[in-house]
This record gives sequence, C-alpha cells and structure tokens, in this order.
Amino acid sequence: MRDDAREQARPTSVREAPAWKREHLLDVDELTPEEIELVMDTADAMREVLSREVPRVPALRGLTVVNLFYEPSTRTRASFELAAKALGADVVNIAAEQSSVKKGESLLDTVRTVEALGAEVLVMRHWQSGAPYLAARHTRLHVVNAGDGSHAHPTQALLDIYTIRRHLGDLRGRKVVIVGDIAHSRVARSNAWGLTALGAQVVLCGPPTLLPAGLRPGTSMDDGEVAMPPVQVEMDLDKAIEGADVVMALRLQRERMAGGVLPSLREYVRLYQINVQRLARARPDALVMHPGPMNEGVEIAPEVARSAQSVIEEQVTNGVAVRMAVLYLLTGGKA
Amino acid sequence: MTSLAVRGGRVLDPSRGVDLVGDVLIVDGRIAAVGPDAGRDAGEAVDASGLLVLPGLVDVHCHLREPGLEHKETIESGTLAAARGGFTTVCCMPNTEPPLDTPAMVRWVRGRAEQVAHVRVLPIACTTRERKGRELADLAELAEAGAVAFSDDGDPVADPALLRHALEYASVLGLPVIEHCEDKLLSAGGVMHEGWVATRLGLRGIPAAAEESAVARALTLAAETGGHLHVAHVSTAGAVALVEAYRARGAPVTAEVTPHHLCLTHEAVMGSGESPGGLAYDTNAKVNPPLRTRADVAACRDGLSRGVIDCIATDHAPHAVEDKLCEFDLAAFGISGLETALALCLSLVHEGRLHLMRLAEAMTIGPVRALGLDRHVPGLGTLAVGAPGDVTVVDLQQEWTVEPERFASKGKNTPLAGRRLRGRVVCTIYGGRKVWQE
Repeated sequence: MRDDAREQARPTSVREAPAWKREHLLDVDELTPEEIELVMDTADAMREVLSREVPRVPALRGLTVVNLFYEPSTRTRASFELAAKALGADVVNIAAEQSSVKKGESLLDTVRTVEALGAEVLVMRHWQSGAPYLAARHTRLHVVNAGDGSHAHPTQALLDIYTIRRHLGDLRGRKVVIVGDIAHSRVARSNAWGLTALGAQVVLCGPPTLLPAGLRPGTSMDDGEVAMPPVQVEMDLDKAIEGADVVMALRLQRERMAGGVLPSLREYVRLYQINVQRLARARPDALVMHPGPMNEGVEIAPEVARSAQSVIEEQVTNGVAVRMAVLYLLTGGKA
Repeated sequence: MTSLAVRGGRVLDPSRGVDLVGDVLIVDGRIAAVGPDAGRDAGEAVDASGLLVLPGLVDVHCHLREPGLEHKETIESGTLAAARGGFTTVCCMPNTEPPLDTPAMVRWVRGRAEQVAHVRVLPIACTTRERKGRELADLAELAEAGAVAFSDDGDPVADPALLRHALEYASVLGLPVIEHCEDKLLSAGGVMHEGWVATRLGLRGIPAAAEESAVARALTLAAETGGHLHVAHVSTAGAVALVEAYRARGAPVTAEVTPHHLCLTHEAVMGSGESPGGLAYDTNAKVNPPLRTRADVAACRDGLSRGVIDCIATDHAPHAVEDKLCEFDLAAFGISGLETALALCLSLVHEGRLHLMRLAEAMTIGPVRALGLDRHVPGLGTLAVGAPGDVTVVDLQQEWTVEPERFASKGKNTPLAGRRLRGRVVCTIYGGRKVWQE
C-alpha cells in the first residue's frame, strides 16, 4: 500500500504515532508508560471504529496476518481474527494440530514458511515460554505474542489495563489484587509489569504452592540487581482484598491437584474463591475481572461473575479494540 | 633422542609449589629438567618469555560423544578442542551410545583415542549397566579395561542402596564413584535454576534442594562405606557447605566445579537485553546443574579458593546446532567449555578473586589428586622429572573474543559468544609434541 493510501485508511481519530518504534509485541515489560498510553489512545479510536455501522477500516488492507496457535484457544484467536479483519487484513489461522508441526517440523521451519508465504504479522500462541522470542529473532515478520507458556500474555494485560482505565481513570495508587495460580499465570506476569508501570499497587495472592520462586515465603529475590516488577504478595485473600479497587481472578487448572500442589478443589474454593462475602471487603465499586475461560464456582462465584461489578464481558469486547490497536501500531502506526 | 624446550617463561608447578622463571626441558616425551637455562641445548624450542608455563591441564569431566553421537563431537574433534584449551588429559564421560558399560566399550574408546586423539583420553565407565540405575556394571572388569572412575553422569543413581553398593565395591578397586547429584523428582521438568529469573521468564525451575538433597545423601553413603565419592559440578552454596562439613569429618569425598558455575549466574539465560523484547531465553546458557544465583557463584569461588572443592572440571557438553536452536524447554542441556575454560577462570584471577597458583593447581594436580589419576599415569599434572611431557603455555594478557564458529569442537554452544576474555593458550605440548600452537 502506498503511504498516501495508508494515510486515507487511517481511522480518523488516530493521531500520528511517532512513539511507536517496535517491530514486535512480546511482553509488556518492554513498554514504556508512554507506549502503553499510546496503545490505550489507539484502542479508543478502534473502539469508535467498532461502534460504526460497518465496523471496518482498511488500514491493514493487503496485509496478511497469520494466527499460529500451538495451544488451543477460542477467545484469543477469535479476538485477533476479528481485530485483523476489522482492519481489512487477510487472516490465516494455523492450528498446530492440523499443520506440519505434527510431522516434526520445527518452530523455526514453520515461522519461515509463514514468512515465505508473504505474511507480515505473526500472532503466536505457544505452550512454551519464550517461543515467540525465538520466532522474533529469526524472522522479518512482526511477531505478536498471544500467550507463551507461563511467561507473558501482553495483549491480555493491555486489554485489562484498558478496561480498568475506562472505569477508574488514572491507575496511580489503585490497588489491584490478582488471585490464584500466580506461578503458572502469564496473565499475572504481564499485568504485574503493565499495572506497576502505570503506578498501580499490585498484590498477588495465592497459596504458597501456586506462588513462584522469589515470591514464595522462604524464597528470596535478594540476588543483586533484580529486574522484577514491584509487587506485593499476600497469601491470605481476606487481607489481600481489603480496600482493593480491582479484583482479578485467575483460572485454576484442575491438573494442579494431581501434582500434589493443592489438597483439594473444595479447600481451594474455601480459601481463594472470589465470593460475595470476600468482595465486600474490597471497595464498594471494585471491579471484578477474569481473563477467561472461567471455572465458575471454583475461582469465582457465579453471582460475582455476573454482578454489576463484573467487567468480564467488557474485557472480551475491549480485547478486539486493543488487538486492533496493537496490529495497527506494529504495521501502520509508524507510517 | 628428541628434545623440546619451553624457554624463559614463568614456570608454575603447583604440585611442588614451584614458581620460577626458566626453562622446561622435555626429552623423549618426558620432563627432563626444569630451571634457568635447563633447555639451552634442546633440539627444538618454544619461546615462552613473558608467558606462563604450566603442567598440561587436566579435565576430569568432559563429553566426547563418541561412539554414537558423532554429530555432536568426536574423540578427534573433542581432543583438538582440549588441546586448544590447554588440556593434555581429559576424562570422558560414559553417556555415549552405546554407553561405556562393558570392558569392550572402554577398550574401544582407548583404542580409538590412540588412533585419533590429540591429547590423552582416560575413560570413565558407567556405574550401572546401561546407565539405568538398576544393577551394577562389571566394575572390576571395567577397571581392568582402563576405566579411571565410575559414573552414570546425567542420570544419577537414584536407588540409594545401589549407590551404596557401588561405593562399597569401587572402594576395593580404589576408584572413585562420580555422582551428578540431582534428585530427579525435585527437578522434574525444570530447565533452569529456580529463582527470580525463572519466575520472570515463566520457566520451570530446578531448585537448589534437588542438588543439595542428593549431595547430602551421597555424602552420608560415602562416609558410611568409606568408598570414594567425587561430587561432580557443585553449583549451590548449600552443596559447598555439605561437602565442607563431610570433608571436615574425614569422609572420603572430593568435588569439582565448572568454569561456568564459577563465573556465570542464572541471569545469563535472560541475556544481555539486545534481543527482541530484551529477553534472550539463551539456550546456550541452559545447563545441568543450572547456572545459579550470585550467592551460589560466590560460594563456589570461595569453596574453590579454600580447597573445599578440589578442582575445576569443564563438563564440556557439545551439542549440534539444532539441539540448541529451538524452544528453551526443548533445548539440550550443556555448554561447550574446553576452549574457554582457562580464559574464563582467569577472569577471576584478573579480578583478584582467585590466586593464580590456586587456579593452576585446580586445573593440574588438583584433578589428578582428586581422582587418583597418577595411579594410572605417574607424574600426571606435574613438571617433576620423569613426568609426562605435557606443558601448556599461556599468555595471561592476550585479549580475544569468543567466536564459537572458530571452535575446534563441533559444539558451538556457549553463552560466552562475543565475550572478550583475557588470557589465551598459545601452545599445548602433549608427550613432548606440540599439539596446538597459536
């Protein structure tokens, strides 16, 4: 697409985006507060696009976005697909089960094949932490991390931040409690980076067996210069939730019980479920969030998930706008 | 009569505390004289003025991969890497395919080494049949075939009763059992040290306790049986403390540490920040035991300085490119270390953290005494008259950049690529013959 054509395709309300210079979006840890703000502002414009009668702009017309998913995902993949299509891109979905991955093709072979097919953007979900970094090092494609192992899920964190900001405005001094399987959660990690970068107070809460090294009691992060987000840890949910502005529940994988990490689902529910009584300890207008998919009745009580305080469905809606913003900035925002 | 003199260098022989400026004369493959002007009339000479002259370095822990894994390394390529790194003796681990669990396999390696090796190869044989940890290998016959120690390296003997029997049996043979101490139930699925870096990267951790509990168990068995236990690649502060406690009680225990555990931390997995997103997930820093914390590194250095740890061993673990160019979880464990070992350890000397004489000791007579190798090769690791004519000449000040693509080893897997190091092996003499000269 020629530059002037791209200029015309730009959503009218999106300003010039000189601050965006990144080739890839791999995690929130690399973003400055200004860059996060830019994603937020761009997402506002995309929300406006999505509210139109024909919710489309041709900003990515002629570009191909490949969704390469090595792990089953319904909502993230669909969200990226809708985002890319709303920007006029062609979308190819590759699920690892159906591809040559099963024939022993290496990740890099697959990535190079996608590149050779003429794609510009690779949206990648992988069960192994760091896989998108490997791809990004060995390709000219723009790589968007759509979730890697226990490591990062930057677009989820950005849509969470976007959702919180729409309700609470400035994040400085706001208390966000993230509850559950912190050790294995890419959502918790990415949110910890993004929220603390914008000045929020982040409290991670879970049983010690679901807290990672360095955050678990008895383990130390005292190791010279530690490059970690400044979070607090509280294992008692009743204390953690006290005065919270945002309460975010994480999905509990049922296989954790088999590993001897948790005694029983019943006990977990008793100690760590976000229910009405617990939520009453938070601020009266506290937001309830969940990255999905939910185990209702496990990490979150159904009446809480459906309460007026819940913004869980709005998270899903905002996800499309935020992912549009990310795709736009990576490909067109620098034009 | 052939003679070779290394002239005018600073000669260190830690076995006898020798530190003098002079010559080393080698006649017919053996050390003939050491001292000022000792090499005046030699047929051939190496000018070592301004250079350091050491007994040939000894590595008691390396993987030469032959037979069976020749795409990663061969006895020929691995021993050329050794020569370039200043090593004239290497003990190779038995986790080949097939493993060195029969006398025939041990003899095969020795025979192959006689044909193609650039330096001396002393094979280590399996502790258990097929390295499966179920029944003892034929230890006495393996010893007769020339094995210098026993180890199931990488797959530690999980059954404590079997490890106990191995120590008992090996004690009669006078050979050590080398244990890679790791409780595989504690480390299961782990790919790097369990600490804040693993937390940040979302990678499964290997806790220090996986090593320390296995070290403690092996130490108690050694103390009880009197069998010589050599603890491979100590990597945690707790493991150093355990070894020290049991040594103080007189247990027959020796230990080694690798250059990477002396010089690198788990932060190496994150990398330098120049990769996309700032995180490297550097598979070349994936090694077992994993790179640990700064406190662990400090404890390993301290243990080495004070003699709690006997020696430095490379755990040279070469891999093919595709073994490392993949997702971190899938990548092979190991660092190709023979060609960087001395220079990396010299960084500790340059920083004033380790005495040069102690470093030299830990790479020459230290490993020889630890495993009792002089029983197999009298005089090994020394410059005593009659000892093997193995000499390493080092330029302490020469700076160089680690370029894995120029390694003699087939294994280009090092987290040190691009790093500037000071101190370089300029000449390696094995049995009176120059096997490497810059």
